[in-house]
Order: sequence, then C-alpha cells, then structure tokens
Amino acid sequence: MNRKPFAITLDPNSSLANHTGNWRTMKPVYVDRLPPCNQACPAGENIQAWLYHAEEGAYEEAWRRLIEDNPMPAIHGRVCYHPCETACNRGQLDEAVSIRAVERFLGDQAILHGWQVPCAPPTGKRVLIVGAGPSGLSAAYHLTRMGHAVTIHEAAAKVGGMMRYGIPAYRLPRNIVEAEVARIEAMGVTIRLNTRVEDLDATIKTGGFHATFLAVGAHLARRIDIPGVDAKRMLDAATFLSRMESPFPYKLGRRVAVYGGGNTAIDVARTAERLGAEPVIIYRRDAVQAPAFKEEVAEAAEEGVRFHWLRAITKADHDKLTVEVMEMDEQGKPKPTGRFETIEADTVILALGQKADTGFLRNIQGIRVSDDGTIEVDECMMTGHPGLFAGGDMVPGEQSVSMATGHGKRAARHIDAYLRGTLYVKPPVHPLATFDRLNGWYYTDAEQSKQPILALARRRATFEEMVGGLDAGTALLEARRCLSCGNCFECDNCYAVCPDNAVIKLGAGNRFAFNYDYCKGCGLCAEECPCGAIDMVKDLK
Amino acid sequence: MPEQRIKFYQTGTYTAGNRLLNEEARTVQSRMDRTNSLNSGHRACQGCGEALGARYAVDAAMRAAHDRLIAVNATGCLEVFSSPYPESAWQIPWMHSVFGNAPAVASGVAAALRAKGREDVKVIAQGGDGATVDIGFGCLSGMFERNDDVLYLCYDNEAYMNTGIQRSGATPPFARTNTTQAVGETPGNLPSTGKNLPRIAMAHGIPYVATASVADLHDLEAKVTRAMAVQGARYLHIHVPCPLGWGSDPAHTIKVARMAVESGLFPLFEAQFGTVVDRMPIRHKVSVEQYLELQDRFKHLFGPPRNTDAIAAIQAIADANIATYGLTA
Repeated sequence: MNRKPFAITLDPNSSLANHTGNWRTMKPVYVDRLPPCNQACPAGENIQAWLYHAEEGAYEEAWRRLIEDNPMPAIHGRVCYHPCETACNRGQLDEAVSIRAVERFLGDQAILHGWQVPCAPPTGKRVLIVGAGPSGLSAAYHLTRMGHAVTIHEAAAKVGGMMRYGIPAYRLPRNIVEAEVARIEAMGVTIRLNTRVEDLDATIKTGGFHATFLAVGAHLARRIDIPGVDAKRMLDAATFLSRMESPFPYKLGRRVAVYGGGNTAIDVARTAERLGAEPVIIYRRDAVQAPAFKEEVAEAAEEGVRFHWLRAITKADHDKLTVEVMEMDEQGKPKPTGRFETIEADTVILALGQKADTGFLRNIQGIRVSDDGTIEVDECMMTGHPGLFAGGDMVPGEQSVSMATGHGKRAARHIDAYLRGTLYVKPPVHPLATFDRLNGWYYTDAEQSKQPILALARRRATFEEMVGGLDAGTALLEARRCLSCGNCFECDNCYAVCPDNAVIKLGAGNRFAFNYDYCKGCGLCAEECPCGAIDMVKDLK
Repeated sequence: MPEQRIKFYQTGTYTAGNRLLNEEARTVQSRMDRTNSLNSGHRACQGCGEALGARYAVDAAMRAAHDRLIAVNATGCLEVFSSPYPESAWQIPWMHSVFGNAPAVASGVAAALRAKGREDVKVIAQGGDGATVDIGFGCLSGMFERNDDVLYLCYDNEAYMNTGIQRSGATPPFARTNTTQAVGETPGNLPSTGKNLPRIAMAHGIPYVATASVADLHDLEAKVTRAMAVQGARYLHIHVPCPLGWGSDPAHTIKVARMAVESGLFPLFEAQFGTVVDRMPIRHKVSVEQYLELQDRFKHLFGPPRNTDAIAAIQAIADANIATYGLTA
C-alpha cells in the first residue's frame, strides 16, 4: 500500500511495474552475418574476425585467428588476388580495406617473432600427400594440427610447387616461402624431396598410409602447332618459369614474344624484362577479354612490356613472326580478318595454360580423369577411390594459390572425418552482410593505406620484391578501416539509442542483450546499428 | 566550442562508444554506470525522441553535477508519460508543478538552495516546446532576466503532442497538425517565422545558449557538460522528433533528426552572452526534401500536385540558416 498522500509523491523507479514490452509486435534480435570478404575468400578465412583482433594491435591473436584457416599468410599477403577486397563493402563507401596488406603484415610479424603452431595429440593415423605446393602444404598443416602423421612426397628438388616454380621472385621472395614451409615442417610434417610417386598403390602400401591426398598441381603446358617454328626457340611458360629456379636459367634472345593473355603470360613477360629482353605479349582477343588481372597488365606496361592485342600467330620465321589481325564478332569471339602483320621476335614463349600430369593415376581403380586431364572429386574432395582425395590445380575449378590452399583445408577436414569414420558437416553459413544493411553515417571517411613500390628502374632490372609491406602504424590504421559488416564490434550505439533502456550492456567482449520486458519494438537500435548486426523479427504473442 | 573529435576510422567518432577508446573519451550514454535518470517502464510511444533526448541530457547533467541534481518539469508529454499515478520512471529528485511555471519553480528551488548554502546541488528545468515557447514563456524570460542559476532544457518536438498534436509557436511552416490541417489555400501551418527561442534567449544576454539534437550524441553531451559548468541562466534547445505527431517511422527518429541537421533546417550552434561563438558544420549535406519525405505531416507538399513553392520556401529557410551560421565547413 502506498501510504503517501494521493498523487503527490511517487516512488523512484516505480514505473518498472509497467512492462511496456507487451506493446511490441516486432522485436530486435542480435545476429551475426557473413561479411562479403569472408564469403569471397577462396581459402575460407574469417577475415572480419582476425581484423577485429588486429584493430586492437593484438597482432599475435589476429595471426592465430587467421591461421585457423590459412597456414601461409605471408605468402597469401603477397600473391593472393584478393577477391575479398573486390567484395569489401567499404569499396562502396570510399575504398576497400587493404586486407591483403594487413594479412602480409601479420604473416611477416609471425616470421619475425617465430610464432609456432600447437598440435593435437597423435591419433596414430598416417596420411600421404603427393605434392608440396599450396594445396598439399595446407592439407598437411591442417591434418597435423588434428594429430595425424603426414608425409609429403614431392617430385621437385625444393618445396612450394607453383609458389616457387610458377610465381616469379619479384612477387614472392623465396625466403618467405621457406619460412612459412619451415613452420609447417616444425609441426612434424615429413617432406621427401626429389621423390616422384610413380606407383601410388605401392607407395601407400609400403608407407602404411590410411588416407592419401593428391595435390600434384598442373605443370604440363598446353601447346599449339605453329608452322615454321624452330623447336629451339619455342618454350612454354611453365618450363621457362621453373628453370628460373635452377642455376641455369634459359638464355633468351633480345626480342621475346609471349603468346597468351593470362596472368602467366604477364609473369613471363615481366621476368623476361628483368632478364634484359624486350618482351611483347601477343593475344588473340582484346585487352578487355584477357583473363590477366588489369592491375598486373598495367604494372607490366609500366615496366616496358608491349602488348599486341587481337593478333594470332600464324607463322614463325628465323627472327620474325607473322600474325593475323583479329577482330571481335558480335558474340565476343575473335575472328580472322585476312590481314597480316609481322612482329620481330627471336624467341616465342607459349603461355596458353597448364594441365595436370595425371598419368600415374591411370591404373587406380575408381579414379575418373576428365578430358582436360583434371581429376573428378565429390563435395568431400574424395576421388572415386575410397580414401584417395585430391585438390588444387589438378581438380576442376579456378587455378590459384588461394583456391588450392582452400582445397587443402577442405580436404583435411574430410580426410579427418574419413579417418575417424564420421562425416564432416559444414556449419551453417550466416546470410550475407550486404551494404544496404550498414549505416554509413557513423563511419569516418578514410583513404586506403598505400604499400610502398620499388623504383621502376630497379623493377626492370632486378628480381627484388616489387611491393613493400605496411609498417605497424599503417597496418593498424588499415585494420581499423574495417566496417565489421554484420558482426557486432561493441560501438554501444544500440545501448545508447534505446529510448526505453531496454538494451543491457554486458561489458567488454560480451556484447549486449535485450530486456524484452521493456523493449517496445521501435526498431531504433536496428536502424542505428552501424554494421547491421540487429534484425527486427515478427513477435506476435 | 565543439569538443575535440577523435578521428577514428572505423567508428567512435560518431558512435556512442568504441572498445578501442579509453573510457573517458566515450559518451556518458556508452557507460555501464550511466544514471538512467529516466528509466524503463515509462509510457512514451515507440521510438520517442523526447524520452531519448531527456535521458541523454539529464544523464550528462547528473554526471557533470556528481549526481547532485534537482529537476523541475513542466507539464507536457515528458511529464505525463514519465509519472502517471502511481508510477514514476525518474531516478532523480524530480518535481512537477503546472504547465506554465517550470522556470519560476526552478528559480525558487535555486533560491532555496542558495539560502541553505547548498552550492553542491544543481538545478535543471525541462519542458516541451509548448511549455517553453508559449505557455511558460513569461516565467522563462523572467528566469533569464534575473540570471537565475538554472539550466533550462527545452525538448522541441514542434507541437503540443501530449494533448493531441496541436500547433505551437515552434511548429514549422506548412506542417500539418490537428489545428493546422492540410486543407485550403495554405495547407498546414502558416508560413510565418514562428518563435525562434534560442535567438530570443540570446537576446536576454544570458551566459550560455545552445542548440542540440538527438542525432548527435557527442555534441549534445558536450553542450550539457559545458552548460553545467556555467553559473547563471542557461538554455539548451534540443531537437527531438515525435513519430506520432510527425508521422514518421519510430525506427527513423534519429534519422529524421539527422536529416534536420544535415539539411540546415536545425542548425547546431553555441552562444555566449548573446553572441554565437561556434557551430557544428554539416557533414553530408542533404536537401530539405530528404528530411520532409520521412514525415507524414509534410506529405501534402508532395502532391499531387507537388507544392514546389512550399518546398522551395522551406529550402530557403535551410539555406538562410547555412549562411547565417556558416554551416558549410
């Protein structure tokens, strides 16, 4: 009973008796959405999550979060074609977050400080991996972390696969490859170099392996016949680039013609430039249709590489090529015009794509080899032969270091399940955190940090790394440009804007909760959430 | 002066808090120990700008006064929804008298505290635009004239909302209210100048006058904090959208307030002793249409037929504000 005079004095806080939550028809709920960078990452990184730690300057924590998915951040921070940045929502606000530059910074920090990776107790299971490229190394890393004993058989004299024999040193210094592979080896992975697998069945039996992952890559060049070519003066890109790793690289002529329009053609031309040649790229289609990344084309042009678009080589003589001028038809296909030109060239390098050398698998039961030489695998990355998995460039799909690394992780999860006699079930994926869900007003404009670039004269004459890394201050600033799309980063906005104090702040790291006793369902919190981490859902009682 | 903005690229510059900032650089509203002077269970409509503005301002005043604060409240929405018998949503000493006398009651409280030698306790008075610009105007002018030691907070939602959306002296031109229907030759409120109370307060030459908006929490709290440090009569005019009276989406309360600021219709400035000393520049300029379109009270301007003259007249008001206060950085 209220014994105070009628309507004169009211007790403080007595309004709490009035549960205004029952006015509500919609209610807010906290959600986590899939940031577009994460969705785009071929290696399946949780980019937003590792940037969250990097924003605090907690670089080791950020790196540890990163290597849950990708064991080679220093490599990917240099060579990945960063589809994450293409997808980044910040790109619609000002410029994308330079995710790759921050990844590289974290990778370099790990090498600098010698951070190591702990493993689970041994399971007693043995796994054979064929190929020490990105896919094989990634699978080895994940399997070892799960406690399995991994042996890699590598045909080449050195580790790295395409990371060493395909990507030029000015993009990926070899000491970086060595450092990241050394860390994987330190976990207990055995790598046997100069060990080509000829008889797979015998190798598995002798080694007592319980499962096998094939990741031999795609090293066989596709070739075409060009009349008149003297075999001595015609090379293929894969052979040319891998010979760069031997003590005896090819001696090129002065005028080098590279035939092809992909990233490999660019790599070859830029390598030739550094060797002192005058490279030209010849491609049947136009610049727009060339599969090479535009950024790479522009960098090659800066360095002096010349381009002949819409030209098909028809004949090669001693020091010149005859090319036919092509034009694009309505279907976007190149068609011959009957007009011819000559281009001076004393060496021709074919960069027309590569395929896997899968001959050694011909007699394995259950394996299906496609017409293009790739091996068919199911959604578990398993071939038709039980216990035999495959990934990387030797299976259908995009051929890139990041894609191969992603295959390695996926295969490792399924191999682990196979060894345990279970099935790996992928956790459900959150719906996408789209740009329209963000409240851009709360973000301050900030330009992307730029990485230092080597002087042009040195780019043209040496194999020094072309792009420099970010320093600690710039890396921190760049990490903080992340909008944290679809995932709460504790900005306190919902807590502040609720007119009914119906948001409870749970303290640092614990986010917030709704007090549905008082939430009237106005939706202000959802509207003013910068990163779109609140949904309004029907709440009809 | 506007407080030193912390340039934070992710957020923190404009959001309430940021885990990367130290506690002192965050807003009062982001603190776990904020007073919640106006607590849950009050009966304001969904998305009420006034309930939000009142908690923002009074919590900041409580922090500035080290929790020694007495609030006097005029009649109006805020009083009605926060204290229906037998409940009160207030967690501070709070007093209500009648519609028109809040400034006079507050003057009396201040005088009593002075007589008792209680320099540690501060006084605020608060009311809506009806109580401030119309009904309590005489008392307020007297409070200014005597320079009584009170911070007066006006929550401006531009009409008498509590009694059923009747026009006040602060209702903007062309706005539809229940007493200015969208009919006849000049539909909505007459295109007069209305009462610009911040300017009238400045004309009294009092030590501190400022405008604020629920759309800019950092700026609002900084102004309350500065006002609390000043002795004498102080006036803070806070723009608080009313979803019910304005016909806006309750979820858009802050967005509507933001559009008012960013269009120039509600300029944010600070004045000392009758002179404007600072203003908040517009960050992303918008047209007045972007503000008007969010509200049903201006729906009649968009036709058919579209009332281009009226929209142009409102744009002219915004443009004049931008010129007067120098709102383009």
